Amino acid sequence: MKRRLFAGAALAALLAYPAAAAKIKLLNVSYDPTRELYQHINAAFSKYWKAKTGNDMEISQSHGGSGAQARSVIDGLQADVVTLGLAYDIDVIAEKANLLPKAWQGRLPNNSTPYTSTIVFLVRKGNPKHIKDWDDLVRPGIGVITPNPKTSGGARWSYLAAWGYALKKNNNDEAKAKDFVKRVYKNVPVLDSGARGSTTTFVQRGIGDVLLSWENEAFLALNELGRDKFEIITPSISILAEPPVSVVDSVAAKHGTTDVAKAYLEFLYSDQGQEIGAQNYYRAQNKKIAAKYADHFPKLTLFTIDDVFGGWQKAQKKHFDDGGVFDQIYTPGA
Amino acid sequence: MHFWFKQRSVLPGFWPSFSYSVLYLTVIVLIPLSAVFLRAATNSWERFWKAISSPQVVASFRVSYETSLAAGLISLAVGFLVAWVLVRYPFPGKPLVDALVDLPFALPTAVAGIALTSLYTDNGWIGRYFAALGIKVAFTPLGIVVALTFIGLPFVVRSVQPVLADADRELEEAAASLGANRWQIFSRVIFPMVRPALLTGFALAFARALGEYGSVIFISGNMPMRTQITPLLIVAKLEQYDYPGATAIATIMLLSSFALLLLINAIQWRTRRFLQPDA
Repeated sequence: MKRRLFAGAALAALLAYPAAAAKIKLLNVSYDPTRELYQHINAAFSKYWKAKTGNDMEISQSHGGSGAQARSVIDGLQADVVTLGLAYDIDVIAEKANLLPKAWQGRLPNNSTPYTSTIVFLVRKGNPKHIKDWDDLVRPGIGVITPNPKTSGGARWSYLAAWGYALKKNNNDEAKAKDFVKRVYKNVPVLDSGARGSTTTFVQRGIGDVLLSWENEAFLALNELGRDKFEIITPSISILAEPPVSVVDSVAAKHGTTDVAKAYLEFLYSDQGQEIGAQNYYRAQNKKIAAKYADHFPKLTLFTIDDVFGGWQKAQKKHFDDGGVFDQIYTPGA
Repeated sequence: MHFWFKQRSVLPGFWPSFSYSVLYLTVIVLIPLSAVFLRAATNSWERFWKAISSPQVVASFRVSYETSLAAGLISLAVGFLVAWVLVRYPFPGKPLVDALVDLPFALPTAVAGIALTSLYTDNGWIGRYFAALGIKVAFTPLGIVVALTFIGLPFVVRSVQPVLADADRELEEAAASLGANRWQIFSRVIFPMVRPALLTGFALAFARALGEYGSVIFISGNMPMRTQITPLLIVAKLEQYDYPGATAIATIMLLSSFALLLLINAIQWRTRRFLQPDA
């Protein structure tokens, strides 16, 4: 609520100062861990656009939990582009508010995902509990830190990664996968509501032995908090996390920013945009850039949500909706 | 109209001030609350019932009401004590302590939650001593009570303090001179005077605790069935774009809280009438 009030105030402030008329304004509504990434992208794109068209740009960014951000856009936050944590959240904007076509994800290459990421483990320095792969998470006495998938987009990727691993290991036996995931969550002492909360729990409070984290967040944590305290463990297999992007057609049309919004997203796919992504620890789609930064990113087998779960809509319904598998894990007797 | 509005004030301006109050309450309180009910009304009865009767939701009602009640009672006892000390005893640094009481009002609740969590975890400054006794505070219902007590304390102190300050000391002296012992002075003279204020403070602290979100989600651990509070479940429902489900739970919270507050007000109204029969 506070965020929305603030966003409203920010908008009111924007409306009140139409002074610099030649300036093109763009609002990018994004999720939590992309703050640093889009600061760099916005600076680079403004320069690029100025050189190309002579127009000045003013790009604002808004961050928050992916689902909460999608809700703000549905409720009227004037986003020209959305860059969210998972496709389901953009689907909902299309479905509930009709602000963009339902087939938005086919409009840009790679499922409209300029960069990918994955779920890795952050452990304490020296890996005292010898956590190497998913199987180690269910050992008795291991504390696993991950947010509640019902309130956190990143946590949904973690949950699905664990599920996908268990499926592969048990020849697609669903019952065994459910049992495995149940045992993982049995080792979770605290379910924070968001990814940042979990990072705090693990890093500041010293609770738990392993944090399930976005790969880019894990790198950020490492850089900010010290490589002498934590290390990243890459499991043998994980999920290909695809945080997608899209123009919000109706809003951009109303603002007259359709062209620049499109160019902004295409810029993410350009060599320069891909390089900035890689420097911010996202895995680039562009092969050349990916090869250049290959030694930053450990190799592992990645499966997609489409392959294993048949897409976000199905995964959401089966696992995270009320009464879904995640609820059953915590309901006694179910 | 005049026969059922009693106008007793010698000052004019009843109608403008009355109309403005009603308008203000409507715009600020009633319309947003009716929006919740309207939204909840989009549920069929069956869906409404399903939303509020799932085991997780029922467990969260229990957690929310029990911890809020416990926190309200603790705030009541400790708040009375703090108010007593602040009113009755002069001591150096009193204005400072007095100002300190209001801090929980001003502090963003998330900050309070994070600070309390780091103090009360097993390796925190305070939590380690409890851990040595085998008591876990953070990430248990006890942790929730700690956070809610922090939030609720000023409500009781600030309700009771002015009443205590206004209380006539001569009444106590009279009681003593008539042979009342200390306990009788407290229970028969002082307590009846501050009882309405205590009730108000308790009601405020309790109601505030029920709705508290920011500080609790950090310290509770949010474990389904055990330490998940109802407001978190509402947020979880919103996260799934389940607006009708979220408003269904909110409706139940609103109605039950309203009933409780009404009850407390009724008790208070009775006490007042008992104390001042001619008022």
